[in-house]
Amino acid sequence: MGELVWILLSAMVVNNFTLAYFLGLCPFMGVSARVSTALRLGLADIFVLVIASVCAWFLNTFILPYAPYLRLISFIVVIASLVQIVEMVIKKVSPVLFRQLGIYLPLITTNCAILGLAIFQTNRGYNLLEGLFFAVGGGLGLTLALVLMASIRESSEMADVPALAKGMALVLIIAGSLSLAFMGFAGLLSSS
Amino acid sequence: MTAPRLLITAWPHLAERDSTPRIMWTVNVSLIPVIVAAIYYFGPSAVLVIVAALAGCLATEWLFGSRETLFDGSAVITGLLLGLCLPAGLPMWMAFVGGAFAIGFGKLIFGGLGQNIFNPALLGRAFLQAAFPVALTTWPVIRENWWALRGDNLALPLMSPGEVDVLTSATPLGLMKFEQQSTELGKLMIGATGGSLGETAGILILLCGAYLAWRNYLNWRIPISIFLTVAALATLTHWLNPAFPGALFMLFSGGLMLGAVYMATDMVTSPVTNRGCWLYGVGIGVLVVVIRLWGGLAEGVMYAILLMNAMVPFINRATQPRVFGTRAAVKVTE
Repeated sequence: MGELVWILLSAMVVNNFTLAYFLGLCPFMGVSARVSTALRLGLADIFVLVIASVCAWFLNTFILPYAPYLRLISFIVVIASLVQIVEMVIKKVSPVLFRQLGIYLPLITTNCAILGLAIFQTNRGYNLLEGLFFAVGGGLGLTLALVLMASIRESSEMADVPALAKGMALVLIIAGSLSLAFMGFAGLLSSS
Repeated sequence: MTAPRLLITAWPHLAERDSTPRIMWTVNVSLIPVIVAAIYYFGPSAVLVIVAALAGCLATEWLFGSRETLFDGSAVITGLLLGLCLPAGLPMWMAFVGGAFAIGFGKLIFGGLGQNIFNPALLGRAFLQAAFPVALTTWPVIRENWWALRGDNLALPLMSPGEVDVLTSATPLGLMKFEQQSTELGKLMIGATGGSLGETAGILILLCGAYLAWRNYLNWRIPISIFLTVAALATLTHWLNPAFPGALFMLFSGGLMLGAVYMATDMVTSPVTNRGCWLYGVGIGVLVVVIRLWGGLAEGVMYAILLMNAMVPFINRATQPRVFGTRAAVKVTE
């Protein structure tokens, strides 16, 4: 149990996908203008990461031992198509949930954080349960980063930012500063 | 951002003596005892490092900022605080670069004073820590010969510092963390230990902070909540595992005093509500203890404050007080 909590916290804070590994930067920059949208994207992130984790575990256990050269392509194809199928099912079954997550799902399905999760999980040899905790932790970490970024962006919306830094340049600088601050967690939990 | 010539405002026209420059310069003056202590302990090196950091800040403010803000004292505070949280043996050019980064990327790029998210001095320090990790963790000891330099302060930019005959030692926190050695509490309180320039004189910083709190230039809730949280957590962890340091050691070692009194209380980057300030202080305290006890680094005050700076917009949102007489906030649909 302690091991599982460690995996979750480590993926969420210490080895944050966005701020420590620089994965999933496109939604981090692109969909972080409002806290409300950032939160929904974060939810969608957790959702897709969990699916990706299960897929990667399934592929690793049952298929890839026979065809190791298929690793990358099978991860991408299987995860992307499964997310699409799930999206259609949600649309049919729960329109409310679809409105919450719907538009964000295709956006992050092919994101590098998703593939990153599948590959990290494989390299570290996580089993199904560990993979699930890793995915939820990673997703919470992405949500944390997105919400922090969005609240900072909202608060500096009215700021008197010099012309050269307006827009995406400022976002990149905020991202860099956040990443500097997250360096404080480096090495945390590594000894336990 | 030029100040308008004619100010048209709504009544009441109360004369307020506190202005931004007044507050900033008062804080600067209150830092003088800390600087004197740094010079007393670290000799000419302290002067060189602080002057270099200050020069970096002022030069950047002068080049890219507006002329009015150069003299309002805010850039001076950033420079002094940055200088005070650097080790004495740091080459001057590194301190200069840190100051330039602090003002340029910590403040001006966000729109200048009042609009920055992160404390500029700490952002500059975090940048230096990431760029020059070795130079930033070389702690000279207090020497017999007051006039000797404590490191290669005069190294040329981008050259590796020369081999100056210098005695280094770990900070009390480093000793505690990596060698399980404690430091005498009395020494910690008056600052006769290794460490950054201004972070060694705990008692002095507390006195200066008390003066600022009395003048109402800092919100006393922030340092008090940080101290209480750190003390409570340290007592608890010390009780659970005596290998961890006790409360007084945690309070007086490292940059906790300087950080809690001068950096966490930065008016721009701390929450606007009192409730938010309590939350913010508790958050910093928890992060400090977590990073110090379980992190890879011996000291976590800087990162704890930067992380909570990032949370401030969120805290402000969450602790928005209800306007008197209104119902609970109406949800705005987009």
